Amino acid sequence: MEFALSEDQRMLQDSLNGFLKDVAPLDTIRKIATGDEAAGAALAAGLDDLGLAGLHVPEAQGGLGLGLLDACLVQESLGYAIAPSRFLATTVTAHAMRQAGDDFLPGIASGDIRMALALTELSSRRDGAGVAVDGDKLTGTSLLAVSAEGSTHLLAADTTGALNLVETPAATPMQTIDRTRIFSEVVFSGNARAMSLKPDDEVLAAARLLVAADTLGAAQAMIDKAVAYAAERQQFGRVIGSFQAVKHMCAEMAARLEPSRALIWHAAHALDTGEPEGLAMATLAKSHLAEAGTFIARTSTEVHGGMGFTDLVGLHYWFKRIGVNRQLFGSPEQTRMDAARLQGWLETA
Amino acid sequence: MDLSLSPEYEAFRKEVAEILSANAHLAPTPDDRGMKNPKRQAWQKLLIENGLAARTIPTEYGGFGAEPDILKSRIIAEEFARTGLPRAMSNQGISMLVPTLLELGTPEQKAAYIRPTLYGEMIWCQGYSEPGAGSDLAALRTAAVSDGDDYVINGSKIWTSTAKQADMIFCLVRTDPTAKKHEGISYILFSMETPGIEVRPLVDMTGAANFNEVFFTDVRVPKSGIVFAENKGWQVANATLTHERGMLGDPNATKARLVELVELMKRETVNGERLIDNPLLRDRLLKLQGEVYAMQANGLRITTHRLKKEGAGLAGLVVKLMGCELNHEIARLAIDALGELGVMYEQGEHLRANGSWQARYMYDLGLIIGGGTAQIQKNIIAERGLGLPREPKPAKA
Repeated sequence: MEFALSEDQRMLQDSLNGFLKDVAPLDTIRKIATGDEAAGAALAAGLDDLGLAGLHVPEAQGGLGLGLLDACLVQESLGYAIAPSRFLATTVTAHAMRQAGDDFLPGIASGDIRMALALTELSSRRDGAGVAVDGDKLTGTSLLAVSAEGSTHLLAADTTGALNLVETPAATPMQTIDRTRIFSEVVFSGNARAMSLKPDDEVLAAARLLVAADTLGAAQAMIDKAVAYAAERQQFGRVIGSFQAVKHMCAEMAARLEPSRALIWHAAHALDTGEPEGLAMATLAKSHLAEAGTFIARTSTEVHGGMGFTDLVGLHYWFKRIGVNRQLFGSPEQTRMDAARLQGWLETA
Repeated sequence: MDLSLSPEYEAFRKEVAEILSANAHLAPTPDDRGMKNPKRQAWQKLLIENGLAARTIPTEYGGFGAEPDILKSRIIAEEFARTGLPRAMSNQGISMLVPTLLELGTPEQKAAYIRPTLYGEMIWCQGYSEPGAGSDLAALRTAAVSDGDDYVINGSKIWTSTAKQADMIFCLVRTDPTAKKHEGISYILFSMETPGIEVRPLVDMTGAANFNEVFFTDVRVPKSGIVFAENKGWQVANATLTHERGMLGDPNATKARLVELVELMKRETVNGERLIDNPLLRDRLLKLQGEVYAMQANGLRITTHRLKKEGAGLAGLVVKLMGCELNHEIARLAIDALGELGVMYEQGEHLRANGSWQARYMYDLGLIIGGGTAQIQKNIIAERGLGLPREPKPAKA
């Protein structure tokens, strides 16, 4: 028995962290968030060069054949650096197609097919949204689609819960609090689907788990920043981290997040190995990280005092990333209700 | 990442399961009360002889003498949990004194105390906390004054579990009042039969006397009871305190409680509707389930660190704080789910689960405070885990 990351997994994460530290410092993220398309394209190209697109595509189809645990480590690093990336959309699509043959997977691995994801309606279809299928044609609207800009294809959930691969239709950016990523409204007007996949609980669970991993990274960054600030900032003649009022805020953040890290590993491993508890675990990882992340986002901001509230320090980029992740693919309450359903708790005895 | 067990361990699991099923009829029941109950002692003996208790204690001191193996210990714990059979005895003598003596005791102390303690024939209590020395344990004042081959002890202890039943005490006393506070303390063993000792039960909020106060008036004890060396008691105690914190917040026990709560919420109805069908209660249940999953995974991570003989870092430091809090919250939800019947206690026709949820809710609050308060845990997490500076000492007036 070994519940730990392998040497390869640690190296994967270390090298990605090193890359992002050099290539995507806050100054760069700030440029991307304020509309510098060249900066965004440069970062995307750099991430593509690392071969992330094929990470979860089987080796037989030209990918690296790595599991969701490896994917979570990548997403955690992206969250730590609050970097925009197509990785989540690509990985979830690769997971959805894990038994669908090699029509599309080689193209995804090579980067010729650039994926977007429109799954929001699987968990929470809002008024004015919903995708219907008639024959092979899709009509309707999906909200908060991920990575639609610059994509060639989109994996979209319809109202039956089935998944459809289509060429990306017209997409309009939806302005959220989080400017590090672009979310879109996509409108289908009779677009023909290229492939259809049956409803599959594992797809939403995998998407949620990756969002949870993103929050894990972003929340860890906020703790690191708070601890560094508390160890340096002086008031009343001493560093504020020596006051128990501040020290305990830091301890509470760490105490909430550290077990969450193990939960992400466990849930990812459970899905990778087909453990029956994996679905519930991954789903609850999403709501658990939403709660822990929200607590850490506000507490880290408070530890920074007034500076935490300013644009100058830029802490708000992490705060907002965590805020969007909390709602994406289902609010905590919605997600927990799904976890109840997955465990058969909604069936009346 | 590999959560499977090798064939050697699967075979061991089978062996343990067979021993337990062959002897299940000998297990004591909750009616076999008392720490020195003969049926409990016989069960303990059987478990030791089969390597299911005192497993790694050398045979010369009455143990089973196996090499330490964390996975085997884990398998044994899992098999007890699966079968519901009573585990090996666990008391402060076994879990705290025995490891201390093995490490630091004299040959005479090891020979005299370890075996009867393991077999449940000798009961110990722990004399650490005092009315004026709780979180600041090193401020303890119970004085041991040298007089020939003896010390004469005066002072008092509090929060002393099992003091009424105990034959012996392992006790922290001040042997050098002039030294710095950590350097004048000794760790000493003596009989609770010694004249001058008075034990008063301390009734707590659960209504039970889980703890006692112990008063010492001119208690004359032999110096041979000192463990390790005079004035080195702080180091001796620190070895075992680490052990006590490790015992609190066990995620498998928490998981078992959650399973109990899920069953309760599926079974009980209010206005004809199952408790689990109430969306507000169910949401709280799922929130707690997420936390239980996290603490369980964290436990697996710690086990792996221990297997590799590495420190567990933050993952280890947070267990007592988070685990005890989580237990308390599970009990709180059980009480809220039971509503008006959740306040029933101790007896009555409409009592649910023997009133255990109220008892746990209160007792767990005691555990959040005891064994290093939540606030002390946060200091430890921040200082040892995150590297934040200690609170500066107040300037002398």
